[in-house]
Amino acid sequence: MPLYRDEAVVLRTHKLGEADRIVTMLSREHGKIRAVAKGVRRTASKFGSRLEPFMVADVQLYEGRSLDIITQAESIGSYGAEITEDYASYTAASVMVETADKITDDGGSLQQYLLLIGALRSLARREHGASLTLDSYLLRSLSIAGWAPSFVDCAVTGAPGPHTAFVVQLGGVVADDVAPPGAPRLDPATLDLLAALLAGDWPVAAASPERIRSQASGIVAAYTQFHLERSLRSLQHVDRGA
Amino acid sequence: MYEGIVQELIDELGRLPGIGPKSAQRIAFHILQTEAFDVSRLAEVLVEVREKVRFCEVCGNVTEQERCAICRDPRRSAATICVVEEAKDVAAIERTREFKGLYHVLGGAISPIDGVGPEDLRIRQLMERLADGTVTEVIIATDPNLEGEATASYLSRLLVQPNLRVTRLASGLPVGGDLEYADEVTLGRAFEGRRVVQG
Repeated sequence: MPLYRDEAVVLRTHKLGEADRIVTMLSREHGKIRAVAKGVRRTASKFGSRLEPFMVADVQLYEGRSLDIITQAESIGSYGAEITEDYASYTAASVMVETADKITDDGGSLQQYLLLIGALRSLARREHGASLTLDSYLLRSLSIAGWAPSFVDCAVTGAPGPHTAFVVQLGGVVADDVAPPGAPRLDPATLDLLAALLAGDWPVAAASPERIRSQASGIVAAYTQFHLERSLRSLQHVDRGA
Repeated sequence: MYEGIVQELIDELGRLPGIGPKSAQRIAFHILQTEAFDVSRLAEVLVEVREKVRFCEVCGNVTEQERCAICRDPRRSAATICVVEEAKDVAAIERTREFKGLYHVLGGAISPIDGVGPEDLRIRQLMERLADGTVTEVIIATDPNLEGEATASYLSRLLVQPNLRVTRLASGLPVGGDLEYADEVTLGRAFEGRRVVQG
């Protein structure tokens, strides 16, 4: 299969040589793809603007020895302009694509692809706050990858909740009898918000107060980085003001 | 693979941006085989550039003195500052001979995924230059890519001051190009930024 075609969302780009770029994409059918886009940094490039991060494109590639080569790109969804207009959305989208890049190291899936596109579209349309959209994306992305947190029943024994001890390493809330000494206790409202973000219950999420959102964001960040087994560089730049 | 110093030269040249192994080999053999090639002059210039060149204390452009030639030039208008990402962009704009104001080099663009936030750029120095009210217009000339647009958006939010106009370089169709070959993003921008020619 020397030549193939797929839909893909651009995660990030790196400069290569004089005018080329290495484009990392998450595709619908081929998982994560790293490919060279030749000449895209020149102002006369025909598809440079379609291969910017947060863009969704119909791309045609041919298989190279180490990296594939992009021969054509047609825009399907252009969220970059709307996202960059709002700094909070831009920083949130940066965390999303960095997470998608790391979480699909062992191969992507259609669910991860659709989730990321949905999240970027939601950010571009300002459907919910940037911070809430980001936290919801992170929880759902981890769930798809097999690290679904539990916010009601005990993550270890399955004992019905509610529980308040939250242990990142154990996968969520745990019953008192298995909670390690000194395990942090979460406000029930924070757990409700986290469960709402995981389930996509936006009315509940939107009604949450700022203090609870801030606590939930800290939990999501810790949970994500623990399971990805590395820190997310973009996370420290997130603008939680919106 | 070559022996000793020749391979070392190829390896060192190959570490330069845009120089691959083949190009490095070609340059190395040019140096070795061309008698007229003044190696000592090249070596002198390389050492000098590392020793003498620094960043302008006002705008961040490259210079051999404390302040660059543009900041020292009294004919330049101090009322307008053009904000660019890199010193290379100053040279590109100077080639147009259209701009007679001063510059401010940020030193990059905001890119959270690369770990570059606003505090890593020379934004604080820009705000200090605007404090005395001399500047009446800031032209944001960051690259027309995602990071450049995000940086422009961040700056425009920050630069809300009385009697200060903040403008962004126009983007659109390249001169000499055909409309039918323009991509939809660029063409869309050209429509957005169209100007009145009559009426």
